[in-house]
Amino acid sequence: MQAVPGLEDQDTQWIDVGSLKDIPSLGARVVKSAKGDIAIFRTADDEVFALRDRCPHRGGPLSQGIVHGKRVACPMHDWKIHLDSGEAVAPDEGCTTRFPVRLEGDRILLSLIPNKKCTHK
Amino acid sequence: MKEKLILVGNGMAGVRTLEEVLKLAPDHYDITVYGEEPYGNYNRIMLSHLLAGEKTVDDIIINDEQWYSDNGINLHKGKAITKIDRRNRKVVCADGSSDSYERLLLATGSQPFMIPVPGNDLPGVIGFRDIHDVNSMLEAAKKKKHAVIIGGGLLGLEAANGLMQQGMSVTVVHLLDTLMERQLDASAATMLKRSLEERGLHFLMAAETEAIIGDQHVEKVRFKDGTEIYADLVVMAVGIRPNISLAQTAGIHCERGIVVSDTLQTYDPRIYAVGECVQHRGLTYGLVAPLFEMSRVCANHLAHLGIRRYEGSVTSTKLKVTGIDLFSAGNFEGDENTEELVFRDEAQGIYRKLVVRDNRIQGAVMYGDTIDGSWYFDLLRDETDISDFRKTILFGQGHLGDSGHGDDNRVAAMSDSAEICGCNGVSKGDIVKAINEKKLFTLDDVRAHTKASSSCGSCTGLVESLLALTVGGDYSVAPHLKPLCACTDYSHDDIRGAIAKNELKSVRKVLDFLEWKTPDGCGKCRPALNYYLVCAWPGEYKDDYQSRFINERVHANIQKDGSYSIVPRIWGGDTTPAQLKSLAQIAEKYEVPTVHITGGQRIDLLGIAKSVLPAIWGDLSKAGFVSGHAYGKAVRTVKTCVGSDWCRFGTQNSTKMGIDLEKLTWGSWTPHKFKLAVSGCPRNCAEATIKDFGVVAVDSGWELHVGGNGGVKVRATDFLCHVDSAEAVLEYCAAFLQLYRERAHYLERTAPWIERVGLSFIKDEMVDNAEGRQTLAQRFYASQKFAQVDPWAERAEGLDKHEFTPLKKVG
Ligand code: SRM
Ligand SMILES: Cc1cc2nc3c(=O)[nH]c(=O)nc-3n(C[C@H](O)[C@H](O)[C@H](O)COP(=O)(O)OP(=O)(O)OC[C@H]3O[C@@H](n4cnc5c(N)ncnc54)[C@H](O)[C@@H]3O)c2cc1C
Ligand code: SF4
Ligand code: FES
Repeated sequence: MQAVPGLEDQDTQWIDVGSLKDIPSLGARVVKSAKGDIAIFRTADDEVFALRDRCPHRGGPLSQGIVHGKRVACPMHDWKIHLDSGEAVAPDEGCTTRFPVRLEGDRILLSLIPNKKCTHK
Repeated sequence: MKEKLILVGNGMAGVRTLEEVLKLAPDHYDITVYGEEPYGNYNRIMLSHLLAGEKTVDDIIINDEQWYSDNGINLHKGKAITKIDRRNRKVVCADGSSDSYERLLLATGSQPFMIPVPGNDLPGVIGFRDIHDVNSMLEAAKKKKHAVIIGGGLLGLEAANGLMQQGMSVTVVHLLDTLMERQLDASAATMLKRSLEERGLHFLMAAETEAIIGDQHVEKVRFKDGTEIYADLVVMAVGIRPNISLAQTAGIHCERGIVVSDTLQTYDPRIYAVGECVQHRGLTYGLVAPLFEMSRVCANHLAHLGIRRYEGSVTSTKLKVTGIDLFSAGNFEGDENTEELVFRDEAQGIYRKLVVRDNRIQGAVMYGDTIDGSWYFDLLRDETDISDFRKTILFGQGHLGDSGHGDDNRVAAMSDSAEICGCNGVSKGDIVKAINEKKLFTLDDVRAHTKASSSCGSCTGLVESLLALTVGGDYSVAPHLKPLCACTDYSHDDIRGAIAKNELKSVRKVLDFLEWKTPDGCGKCRPALNYYLVCAWPGEYKDDYQSRFINERVHANIQKDGSYSIVPRIWGGDTTPAQLKSLAQIAEKYEVPTVHITGGQRIDLLGIAKSVLPAIWGDLSKAGFVSGHAYGKAVRTVKTCVGSDWCRFGTQNSTKMGIDLEKLTWGSWTPHKFKLAVSGCPRNCAEATIKDFGVVAVDSGWELHVGGNGGVKVRATDFLCHVDSAEAVLEYCAAFLQLYRERAHYLERTAPWIERVGLSFIKDEMVDNAEGRQTLAQRFYASQKFAQVDPWAERAEGLDKHEFTPLKKVG
C-alpha cells in the first residue's frame, strides 16, 4: 500500500474501482464518473496514480498514452505528464487534476474529491 | 560525503561539462570553479557580434551568477590558478590561497598567438579572445581611425567586420594570397574577398609583417618589402595556442595541448581536461561543437557512468559576418585520390564544391548559399554512398515537392511571423525567442522547447540556420553514431546487434542488458525496441502492447476528439457491390458519423467510440473484412489501376498483381509505414513511383521501383530492376520488404533509408545476389506465418478486452 500525500483527510470517500491486475503493468484504464473520465495508471513497480483523463495541452486522453517511469506520454502531441503531480514535464507547461488513489491489498481505492486544484487549466 | 571537484577555467567547455555532470549526477560532487575572467560563463563565439554592435554583454552571458548559486557551485571569478600540487591534490591561486580536490577538471582554453616581431607588446596591439579585448577595440574605435588586422582567417575577418561596423578604416593583412585558407579553397576565397571589399574592407595579401612601430603606442606596421601602413590599433588573429603551462609545470604530459585519452583523462587519472587546451589523438580543436562533445563524454565519466568514449570529431565552420553565407567542412582541398564536384554561378555569387572519394563526401565548401550545408555535413559524417544521386547532389536537398513551406528558405531574411515548422506551427519569432530566453544551444534543446523540427524533420536545416544566426557558430555536434534516444547511449544498430547476438527476447531484457538510463525507457525507445524484437524473433517474441503507440495497441487511429477511425482492407483497391452494401449496412447500424474514401483507395469509417470497436469489427469480420492497418508502422495499402482487363493502354493485369502483393504482404510490421502500388503501364495512374515499393507493368514484364514517398518530402522512386514474371515480382517484393525490416532504423521510411544506405547496397543484397534475395524472401514468408492473423477478428472475440471497456463507472 502506498502513502499518497494529502490523504490523511478522515472524510475521504474511498470507492473500490477494481483490482490491480485489471490494469496492465505500464498501462492505464479509465473510470467513468459524473465529473468526467479519470485515468488510473499502473507503473512497472505497481504504484497507481489517478489523473483527470485530459491532457493540459489540448485535452488528449492521457489514459491512451505510453507509461514510462512515473510519466505518461500523451498520444496526441507527445507532451509528457508527471503521474505524481499532474504537471507537464518541462519545458512544456501545464497541469492536470490529480485524484487521491491507493491500494489496499490488490484493490484500487479512488476518491472523487480532487487533490489540490491545478493552478493551470 | 560528496566528492570534491574543482574546475579551472570558467569557459565554454568547462562549464558545459559541469552542466552535463549536474544532469547525470546532481548530488555527486561538491563543485568549485576558478576563472581568470571577472565574469560568469559567457558565449565566446558571440564576441564577434558584441564587437559588431549586434549584441550586448548581457545577451551573451550563458550562466549568470545566480545559476552558480542555484546549483550550489562555489564560483571564484577573477582568480587564476597558478599551480597544481598533485601529490597533495591541491590547487594554488595567484593570491597564495589553496584548495583541495578529489577530481580536477582543466579547461583553460587557449590564447591568441602574438607573432614574434619587434613591437608586438606595444600598447594598442591586442588579440581577439575575451570581453576585455572587445572593450579595448570598442574604446579604440571611439577615438581612432586606422585598424590593422593581422590574419585573414575566420577570427580576423570577424574582427575586421566588427571594427568596420564601428566606423574604423580597416586593413586585413594576410600572409598568403587567399583568405581563410584553412576553410576555403581558392575560388570561394576569391568570391569572399570580393564581397568584403565591396563592403569597404581593405586587404594586403601575401604580406609578411616585419615590425610594429611606435613610441608610446602603436603607430605603424612595416612589412618585409619595406612598405608601411598607419595603425592606431593592431589585432593579431593568426592563430591560437592552447593554455598548457599550468598543466605542464605540474608534470602532466603535454605536447601541443594537454594530452588526454578517449575518456578525457590526462596522464594523472584524477585530472580531466576538456576544450581548446586539450590534445586528443594528436589533434587540437578550436570550435565548440567538438568541445561540447568532449564535455558530454567527460561528464559521463565524472558521473561514474563510464559508457561513452570520445573518438574525435569532424568539424564544419561558418563565417559569422551578417549577410555573408559561407560554409566549409572536412577535407575540402582534396588530394590525388579525391574528385571534385563543383557548381559555380558567378552572377548570383553562389559556389559549391564537394570533395568526394569512392562516392563518399570528404569535404565541402559553400559560398553564397549554405542552406544545404547541414545536409552535406550529415552525408559526410554518415559516410553515405552518394553514387545514386551524384548527378543532382550539387543542387541540394530542397526538393521541388517539399510541401508546407514553399521555397522560402532564407532564414535571415524571413519575417518573425514566418512559419518554420509547418508540422508544429512554430514561427521564426517563437524559435528565436526561445533560443534567447532559455539560452538554448543545440538542435535537441530547440526541439524540446519549441517542438520545431521534432516531427517530420524537414525544417531541421532551417532551425539549424536560425540557431547559428541567433547564437552564432555552428552547433551541430558530430557524434559518430546517434543514440536511439536520451535513455541510452547506444545507436539503433548497436541495439539490434545486441538483441540478435545475446538472444534478448523481451523489452525488459534489452533495457537491463544494455543498462538503460531510465527505469522503463520512454515513448520513443520502447516502440522501437518492440519492433526490433518483433522483427528478430517472429513467432517467439510476445508482443509488448504497452510499448506500442495507442493506434497500434488498439488497431485503430485515434482522432482529435478521442474517438477512433477504422479502415478495412480493400484488396488492391478492388471492391464489389456486395462488399459495399455490407459496409454501408454496418456504417448505418453503428451510425458512423463520417464515411470517407481515402487517398489510399479504401473506405474510412470515422468517429467511432472506443468501446464500440470490437462490436463493429465483429460485423466487419463476418462480412469478410480484415484490418487495413491504416494505424500501423506496417504494410498499408496496395493501390492499383484497372490495368489490362479494361484499359486500352494496359499491358499487364495490374489489379491482380496488386491483390496478390497485398495478400502476400498484409499484416507485416515494418520500421515505418510501407505502401505499394501497381500501375498497368508507364502512364502510372496508380502513382507507383512515389511508393515504398512500386510496380509498373511494361510490355516485356514488370519494372520494380523502390524508395518513393509522397507526404512532406516528395521523393520519386529509384528504379531497382526489370523482371519478366509475376512470380519474380512477388519474390523481389518479399526480399525488399525483409531487407527494409531488418536494416532500417525504426521510424525511418524507405526513402530516407535508401538515401542513407544507397541504392547500390540494395542492389548488391537482392538484385545481383540471387541467393541473398531468396533467403531474404524465405525469412519474410516465415515471419508472415505469424503476422497474418487479423487483429480485429481476435479482438472481436474478446482479446485485450480491458482496452475497450472502462475499469468502472461511478457516480
Ligand atoms: C485517411 C487518410 C487521408 C484520407 O482521408 O484520404 C490519411 C490519414 C492520415 N494520415 Fe496519411 N492518410 C491517407 C493517405 C495518405 C497518402 C496517400 C497514399 O497513401 O497514397 C499519403 C502520401 C503517400 C505517402 O505516404 O508517401 C499520406 C501521407 C501521410 C504522412 C506523410 C508520410 C511521409 O512519409 O512523409 C503522414 C505523417 C506520418 O506518417 O508521420 C500521414 C499521417 C496520417 C494520419 C495517420 C495522421 C495521424 O497521425 O493521425 C492520418 C490518420 C487519419 C485517420 O485516423 O484515419 N499521412 N497519407 C489516407 C488513408 C489511406 C488509407 O487508405 O490507408
Ligand atoms: C571571437 C571569437 C569567435 C569565435 N567564433 C566561433 C564560432 O563561430 N564557432 C565556433 O565553434 N567557435 C568559435 N570560437 C571558438 C570558441 O569560442 C572556443 O573554441 C571556445 O570558447 C573554447 O572553449 P574553452 O572552454 O576550451 O576555452 P575558453 O572559452 O577560452 O575558456 C577558458 C577559460 O579559462 C580561463 N583560464 C585559463 N587559464 C586559467 C587559469 N590558470 N586559472 C583560471 N582560469 C583560467 C580563461 O580566462 C577562460 O575564461 C570563437 C572564438 C572567438 C574568440
Ligand atoms: S489526413 Fe493527412 S493531410 Fe489531412 S490533416 Fe490529417 S495528416 Fe494532414
Ligand atoms: S493534447 Fe496532449 S500533447 Fe497535445
